[in-house]
Amino acid sequence: MSSYTQKKSFGAIVWDYITTVDHKKLAIMYLLAGTLFFAIAGFEALLMRIQLMKPNNDFVSAGFFNELLTMHGTTMLFLAATPLLFAFMNMLVPLQIGARDVAFPFLNSLGFWLFFLGAVFLHLSFFMGGAPDAGWTSYASLSLYSPGHGIDFYVLGLQISGAGTLISGINFIVTIITMRAPGMTFMRMPLFTWTAMISSALILFAFPPLTIGLLMMLFDRMFGGNFFDHTMGGNTVIWEHLFWIFGHPEVYILVLPAFGLFSEIIPTFSRKRLFGYSSMVFATILIGFLGFMVWAHHMFTTGLGPTANAIFAVATMAIGVPTGMKVFNWILTIWGGSIKVTTPMLYALGFIPSFVAGGVTGVMQAAAPLDYQLHDSYFIVAHFHYVIVGGIVTALFGSAHFYWPIFFNRMLNETLGKITFWVFFIGFHLTFFIQHFLGLMGMPRRVFTYMEGQGWDNFNLISTIGALMMGVGVILLVINCLLSIKGEPAGRDPWGDGRTLEWSIPQPIPFYNFRQTPLVRGLDTWWIEKQEGNTEVTFAEPVGDVHMPNNSAIPVVISLGMFIAAFGALYNPDADKPWSIYILIIGLAITFGAMLTRSLKDDHGFHLHKEDILEIEEHLYGKGGNK
Amino acid sequence: MSSHDTPIVAKSQAQYEYDRHHNALHMRKQVVNFAIMIFLTFIAFGMAAAGFSKYLIFPFILLLAGVQVVLQLYSFMHLEDKKTHFGEVIGFFMWVGIFIAFTFFLAFLTIIWW
Repeated sequence: MSSYTQKKSFGAIVWDYITTVDHKKLAIMYLLAGTLFFAIAGFEALLMRIQLMKPNNDFVSAGFFNELLTMHGTTMLFLAATPLLFAFMNMLVPLQIGARDVAFPFLNSLGFWLFFLGAVFLHLSFFMGGAPDAGWTSYASLSLYSPGHGIDFYVLGLQISGAGTLISGINFIVTIITMRAPGMTFMRMPLFTWTAMISSALILFAFPPLTIGLLMMLFDRMFGGNFFDHTMGGNTVIWEHLFWIFGHPEVYILVLPAFGLFSEIIPTFSRKRLFGYSSMVFATILIGFLGFMVWAHHMFTTGLGPTANAIFAVATMAIGVPTGMKVFNWILTIWGGSIKVTTPMLYALGFIPSFVAGGVTGVMQAAAPLDYQLHDSYFIVAHFHYVIVGGIVTALFGSAHFYWPIFFNRMLNETLGKITFWVFFIGFHLTFFIQHFLGLMGMPRRVFTYMEGQGWDNFNLISTIGALMMGVGVILLVINCLLSIKGEPAGRDPWGDGRTLEWSIPQPIPFYNFRQTPLVRGLDTWWIEKQEGNTEVTFAEPVGDVHMPNNSAIPVVISLGMFIAAFGALYNPDADKPWSIYILIIGLAITFGAMLTRSLKDDHGFHLHKEDILEIEEHLYGKGGNK
Repeated sequence: MSSHDTPIVAKSQAQYEYDRHHNALHMRKQVVNFAIMIFLTFIAFGMAAAGFSKYLIFPFILLLAGVQVVLQLYSFMHLEDKKTHFGEVIGFFMWVGIFIAFTFFLAFLTIIWW
C-alpha cells in the first residue's frame, strides 16, 4: 500500500490543507473563507436594517452604524464575493480546460493566504479600537480625518488581501492561456473559463490603481504625505479617481464570472448549446474593455463639468449593449429548450429579470442630469443591490447547488433548495425594490436614522422584513450544505446533462484530476461524447507518469510575515508605542526570509508513476478501475 | 539519469555554422538598435541644451522616450523574438494595459480638470 492511499490522521489532514497547492483544496478553502465573511457581512447588514426598522431608533449608535456600513460593503465586495467566485474559478477552470492544476500552484496558495490573513487583519479592527468608518469607498476628504486606527486597518488589510487577489488573477490568465488540453481552442472554451480569464485580466489592470491609491492613503495617514490634503497643496479628488478607476472594473470582475456561471447552468438545464456562443465571448470582452472607460460616472456630482459628464454618460450607456446581448442570448438558449427547472435553473430564471432591473436603473443613473437627483439616495442602494444580489449572489447560490457534486461529491437537497430560493428571492425583492421609492422620496443613503412623518416609516419596515427573510434563506442554504455531509455520493455527471469536461471526471476526483489528458473535440466536448454513446472522453495520451507539484508551507509563512508587519505599520504613528517598529521589522524579515528560502531551494515537484495512478484509481473506484 | 541533468549533445558542423551565422545577425541587430538608442538620447540632451521652447522640448522628449521603451521591449527584452514563448500574448496584454493607462492620462489632461 503506497502512501497515496493510506488513511490520514486529523492533524495530518489539517496540515495537508494548510500547505496544499492543490487547486481543488484551495477552492474549498476559498469557499469556506468566503462563506464565513459573507455571513459576517450579512449579519452586519441585518444589524443596520434592524436599526433602520423604525424612525429615531437607537439600536446601534451613529458611530457604530458607520462602522457597520463600511465593513458590510468592504467585506461583501473584497472578502466575500471575490473569494466565493475564486472558489468556483479555482475548482472549475483547470477541470474545464483539462489541466492537472493551475500554472503556478505555489502562487495559488500564496494568493489564498494573503487574502485570508488580510481579511482577518481587517476584521480584527472591531476588537482593536474600532473598525473603519468612512464607507467602502473611503473618500479621502473623510477618511484622512477619521480618528483612531480604523482607516489604517482598511488600508493595510486591503493592501494585503489585494496582493493576494492580484496574484490569483495573474495565475488564472497564465493557466487559461498555456494549459488548455489538446483540441481546446479559445473558441471551444466553456464560457465560465472565458469569463474567468477576462475577469482575471480586469484584476490585472484594475488592482494596481487601487494599490497606488492605498499606498498614497497610507503615506497621508502615517507620514503626513499630503497627497489628498487640499490645504497642503494635495488634491482630495484624486483618491476618488484612483478608487473608481479600480472600483468600476471591480464590479465587472465580480459580475462577469457570475455571467459565466449562468452561461453554464442555462444550457445544461435547457439541454441545448449556448445560443450565440461567439457573441457571448465578444460581449464579455467588450464589457471588460468598456468597464475601464466609465469610472467617472460615480463622480458626476463632483463637478467634472458638462463635457466630462456627457462623455462618461454615453460610455456608460454603451455598456448596456453587450450586456443586453448576453441577456437575449440566455433567453434564446432557454427558448425551445427541453427545460428542467432544477434549483440552479430556478436561480438562473430568477436572475434574468432581477439583473435586468438592476441594469435598467443603472442606465437611468448613467444619464448625468438625472444622477444629480438620484446621487447618494436610497435609489443608488437599491440599484447596486439589484446588480450584486440579483446578479452575483444568485449566481453564487445557484452554482453552489449546481457544482456541489464537483466540490464534495454530494448533492444538495433539491426540495430544500427550492424553498431556500423562494424565501431568499422574495426577501431580496422585498428588501430592495421598495428602496427605489425610498430614494425617490428623498431618503439619503448612509444615514443611521431618520425622523418620523416623512412617509418612510412603513417602507423601511417592509425592507427590514425582507432583509430578515434573506437571512433565513442563507441559513437554510447553510443547513442544506451541512445536511449534504450525510448524503450519498453523487457520482459522475449527477445532473445527467453535464456538457463540459468537469462533468466527465469520475468522482471523487483524484488529486491529479485527469489520469490521461483529454482530447477536446468541440464546444461542450462531454456532451458530444455522450451523444456518440461514449462513456469516456477521448484521451490525448496513454496512461503515463504525471508531474505534480509538492505541498509547501512557505505561502503561509510569507503571508503571516505580512500580517505581523501590518500590525507594526498600524501602530507606528503612535508616539506611545515605540515597539511597533520592531514588530514591523520582524514581520518583514519573516516574509523576505521565506521568499529567499523559496528562491534558493529548488522544488521541482514529483512524478506520480503509472503504478501509483493505477493503485489510486483502484482504491477510489474499486477493482477494474473506472470504466 | 534524473530529468534535471543537462544532456550533452555534440553539434554537427552544419548546425555550428548555422548558429554562428544566426548569432552574428542577431548581434548586428542588437548593436544597431543600441546605436539608435544612444543617438536618440543624444538628440534629447541636444534639444535641452539648445534651449528651444519647452512646449517643443517636453512633447518631443516624451515621444523619444516612447520610442526608446518600444525599442527596449522588442529588441533587448526579446519581444520581437519569434522563439519567445507566448510572445504575442505578452505583447497583446502589454499594449492593452498601455492603452488603458493612456486613456486615463488623456481623460485627466483633457476633460477632467480636477
